[in-house]
Amino acid sequence: MILYEIHIKDEKDIVSARQRAREAAKNMNFSITDQTRIVTAVSELSRNIYVYASTGRVVIEEISSGTKHGLMITFEDQGPGIPDIDKAMEEGYSTGKGMGLGLPGSKRLVDDFVITSQPNNGTKIIIKKWL
Amino acid sequence: MNSVPMFLINKILLVSLQGEINDNMALSFQKSILDKIYETGAKGVLLNISQLDIIDSYLGRIISETARMIQLLGAKAVLTGMKPYVAVTLEELGLNMQGVEIAMNADIGVKILEDYVKASDFEEISAEDLE
Repeated sequence: MILYEIHIKDEKDIVSARQRAREAAKNMNFSITDQTRIVTAVSELSRNIYVYASTGRVVIEEISSGTKHGLMITFEDQGPGIPDIDKAMEEGYSTGKGMGLGLPGSKRLVDDFVITSQPNNGTKIIIKKWL
Repeated sequence: MNSVPMFLINKILLVSLQGEINDNMALSFQKSILDKIYETGAKGVLLNISQLDIIDSYLGRIISETARMIQLLGAKAVLTGMKPYVAVTLEELGLNMQGVEIAMNADIGVKILEDYVKASDFEEISAEDLE
């Protein structure tokens, strides 16, 4: 079930994505530490959209798998894509202004992290956090 | 919305970061603090973050950069009041706050800064005495 969809086109939209993620995680009774992990990952990955692709969208969904219940968040853009995903997932590697913590750091904060990207064909990242 | 509440008491600048801080606000708070130190000759800065529920890699970097810049101006910075779940998330994210002096709460932070201000006042007096 889709809970929220946020369009990223301005720096302020990063904050909106964060607030929506907080709301969703809170309503689903995630612990305060897990809420913070989710919101932080959303902040990192939404900023990546804004910095590297300028625009894109964030979709927050409530999901179930068997007896598991959780949040799935998709970050999608039509930006330049990532030529070398392995490199991008390395600690401290960045082609932008950041410190290269966004991707590897976000991966550590969630339970599932899947990234697909092709040069000139945008980037799609799906994260999941189970209750 | 862009202004950060700041109070100067006995050469100590008390700063409390709060609310949803977007990237531009983070940069503007950094500038306001540095300007204020330069204008007032503050010797110590207490950066209280007890009201922050999330610190991502960008804000974390701005905070640690600001603490180091404060040192470059010849003042001392102490960061106080980090929430436990923010500490967990920062560590998992991989953010290094090295070089930033941290105290458990504002009371202890102020005490550290008062001692520092007293010690630096004493140095000034003895320099005058030598003339």
